[in-house]
Amino acid sequence: MHNAENSKYAKTHEWAHMEGDIATVGISDHAQQEVGDIVFVDLPKVGQQVTAGQNCCVIESVKSASEIYAPVSGEVVEVNEALKTDPGLVNREAHGNGWLFKIKSTAPAEYEALMDLSAYKQTIGQ
Amino acid sequence: MTQDNLKKTPLCAACQAAGAKMVDFHGWLLPVQFESILAEHKAVREGAGMFDVSHMGQVFVEGQDAWAFLQYVNTNNIKNTPGAGTYSHIVNEKGCIIDDAISFCLTPEKFLVVVNAACVDTDVAWFKKHAAKFNVTVTDDSAHWGMIALQGPRALAHAAKLIEGVQDMARFTIKEITLFGAPAYVTRTGYTGEDGVEIMASPEAIVKVWDALLKAGVKPCGLGARDVLRLEAGYLLNGTDADGSQTPYEAACGWVVKLNKEDFIGKEALAAQKAAGLKRRLTGFVLTGAGVPRGGCKVFKNGAEVGVLTSGTYSPLFKGIAVGYADTDLEDAAEVEIEVHGRRIPAKKVKTPFYKNRV
Repeated sequence: MHNAENSKYAKTHEWAHMEGDIATVGISDHAQQEVGDIVFVDLPKVGQQVTAGQNCCVIESVKSASEIYAPVSGEVVEVNEALKTDPGLVNREAHGNGWLFKIKSTAPAEYEALMDLSAYKQTIGQ
Repeated sequence: MTQDNLKKTPLCAACQAAGAKMVDFHGWLLPVQFESILAEHKAVREGAGMFDVSHMGQVFVEGQDAWAFLQYVNTNNIKNTPGAGTYSHIVNEKGCIIDDAISFCLTPEKFLVVVNAACVDTDVAWFKKHAAKFNVTVTDDSAHWGMIALQGPRALAHAAKLIEGVQDMARFTIKEITLFGAPAYVTRTGYTGEDGVEIMASPEAIVKVWDALLKAGVKPCGLGARDVLRLEAGYLLNGTDADGSQTPYEAACGWVVKLNKEDFIGKEALAAQKAAGLKRRLTGFVLTGAGVPRGGCKVFKNGAEVGVLTSGTYSPLFKGIAVGYADTDLEDAAEVEIEVHGRRIPAKKVKTPFYKNRV
């Protein structure tokens, strides 16, 4: 099961946790605090091809919309259906049940290039 | 711009101490939220919340012709009985909105005009330009006043602990009071669709008011919640819902234009527009599909663009709500689509306000 410690991070505040070739993706606790109350998640479609670093999802809070970038390339194989009725789960459990979607990764090197938690924390001044 | 260059209200430190996330709002450092926009929205709809609105402007108009002058620079009929307040638009010769403001009559020869923060300088310059042919003086006194909006079904009960007789005040009236030893004003007004008051006091006294209300359990609220509340209540946000090129008629505020009163700035242009009819008017929309509409999103009907949003948000009560300028021939309850992030989401034209308020 993914958590803050065993995930890797993009500088755009997404986390990814790899099991086999499936990367589970979410946003960091720091990111959810910054965007505030999340009220809608415009998830990608299952089967959609995504490219590392490209926008594939939008998180809407009351005051703003934030684009979410795929941390790794591949095919979206699952989305978090629970967010359709309870988007606030991202605020409450950003590193747990508030995950966004899963990608079947095609380029393992992309995942390796992401930051670990301590490197990510440095980028946000923690 | 760093926070150091921004103007600070007398309540800035108190807001920061209460955990506010601060933002640049028209050159002012103001709280956008404290704990959570949704929690603050709920507090105002169900209990009591308070907002630091010290950035708003206080302009005094005094002299023998004070009322005649205000009648000339406002589209609405300004009440001239002491204590009465009037919401109105200030427009230019073309009838386009410069600002919306409330003029409070203190005496027939002294009025307090409360104006939008971003418009203080423009309004004061406009007033002074037109004051020449009247026996009036116009004074921008904004720097001397802090201001709190105390709003919600429990607001009056909280206000009553500080201000004697506040519950007997009628809507849109003003009272001169003393708060913590300093002269102050209380008005039964607000921008949330709930009952409540706005309190203007000296920079020192307003901090004491804030502290007393905080201690009494009133929830501090930021601009984020304020924007959701005002949009639900159908209130215009000047500068956003009117960019200087629209008239009160186009902004769906025709009720503030009184063409039957004597000459006022913009009268001729507004009369001509009323006779000719409008192409587009500020119109309410509610999403029937999932998503959050925002200002700038386009509105389509049967594939053709019929409008552009100026404000949109997620409302805890009504989900995706928005207002925008749309073709006047769009029928009531018309089914439309609003384009959000490249996706067209089903929506419906609705009458505003979205929130049928209790005030």
